[in-house]
Amino acid sequence: MPLHSALESRHLALGATMIDFAGWSLPVRYSSDLAEHRAVRTGVGVFDLSHMGEIEVSGPGAPDALDYALVGWISRIAVGGAKYTMICTEDGGVVDDLVVYRIEETRFMVVANAGNHSVVVEALRDRCEGFPCEIVDESQATALVAVQGPASPTVATRIVDQGDRSTVAGLPYYSCAPATVTGIRMLVARTGYTGEDGFEFFCPSDRAGELWDRVVDGGKESSIVPCGLASRDVLRLEAGMPLYGHELGLDRSPFDAGLGRVVQFGTDADPRADFVGNRALRDAARRVAGFRENPRSSPDDARLLVGLVGNGRRSARAGYSVLAAGVAIGEVTSGAPSPSLECQIAMAYVHPRYTAAGTEVEVEIRGRHEGMAVSALPFYSQAK
Amino acid sequence: MASVPDGLQYTDEHEWVSGDVDTGAIVSIGITEYAAAALGDVVFIDAPSVGDTVAAGRVCGELESTKAVSELYSPVTGKVTEVNQAVLDSPELLNRDAYGEGWILKIEVSEPAKKLLNAEQYASLTD
Repeated sequence: MPLHSALESRHLALGATMIDFAGWSLPVRYSSDLAEHRAVRTGVGVFDLSHMGEIEVSGPGAPDALDYALVGWISRIAVGGAKYTMICTEDGGVVDDLVVYRIEETRFMVVANAGNHSVVVEALRDRCEGFPCEIVDESQATALVAVQGPASPTVATRIVDQGDRSTVAGLPYYSCAPATVTGIRMLVARTGYTGEDGFEFFCPSDRAGELWDRVVDGGKESSIVPCGLASRDVLRLEAGMPLYGHELGLDRSPFDAGLGRVVQFGTDADPRADFVGNRALRDAARRVAGFRENPRSSPDDARLLVGLVGNGRRSARAGYSVLAAGVAIGEVTSGAPSPSLECQIAMAYVHPRYTAAGTEVEVEIRGRHEGMAVSALPFYSQAK
Repeated sequence: MASVPDGLQYTDEHEWVSGDVDTGAIVSIGITEYAAAALGDVVFIDAPSVGDTVAAGRVCGELESTKAVSELYSPVTGKVTEVNQAVLDSPELLNRDAYGEGWILKIEVSEPAKKLLNAEQYASLTD
């Protein structure tokens, strides 16, 4: 039995096609994936992300607890800041990728993927046990509506109360602040998963309908378009962002995925207290650095994440083999036609020998070999 | 709600056939509005060529959308006499006009069809 968003009746009224995703019934699209994609890239789109997990970690020990539990140096986030980070196992595998918001000095909100929500709550409870802090799973009680696209600042400032307008307008990327929308006090964050400017509104689920209606109403002037999971996936792929279960998993370290920057080891001059996975992640960092420096002497099963681009008519999809000279040298993790680049794009784990930009490979697409070339990530970034 | 025109016949693989399916007759085939909506924006159609033989209920091509790939089954047995180049060039025609401009193939029927559904039967499948 899938869980239902508080906004479901609105999605159905808008003609959304619903699918089961991570145990939730959610819109995969409302009209056309391409139209929704285009709206986010050129105007503004709105997403119901109520399936995401929101876990509040608070108390005097919260900063130290999160420093221990996560790979990012959480206690170094400024109040009102946000950080993309990960929770890893002792062996350095990725349990989930997260965004952590520091709402107050000792109050944090950890946003986890819907599919990993229970595992993350359990891991946090386990790891934070020795610290004076409280962990409250607010997921069911919290709805999340994302407004993304170049026109999103216009809509975001239009829908918040007059007194909060300059705060919201002035929010730096990856920061958050409380604001009032249609009489509801909520957290507004300048974060997103689309590669565009955007705002995420975290509000109590029993008032989600009021928030959604205000967003849609305030967004009319900007031709706001409701967008589903299908367009969300291609937007994040174009932006080179990983998706757990595809580019990230228990069997990969952040370094394999080219995301070693999220692991903050500290320095001799500024050491960091021990954290879960510290030792294994140092080994992973060394190992991956070795692959990059000496690709030819890397073991046969070594793999690093790369982007691929192609001009064929067919798309590479997750699970398809990547070949060089007829031999399998990797596997695609995500792929789709890119509306913004008008070509095929994909992400794949390939042997270190094939990671240089421009390297030509083939992808086996349902029995046929299509040429693709290694490309730097992201595929798309906003016009500056 | 996806429409299911009365004058056509259908398969449980969401194809439609237009015309009398008699040996020697030429019929048009395509996919239903229901199928097109389920696929989302179709971006590529892999269709057989003129002169190819197709068999009822067997895969004869592929339809690829932004998010999924679906097999194209031939509803009838026969030989392909025409392929709709317009839909190959602009696959979005399938989404826009599945029963009209979105036709995919014309087939000269070589065997009477066995398992075609009428509009009412097909509609009840997709309810």
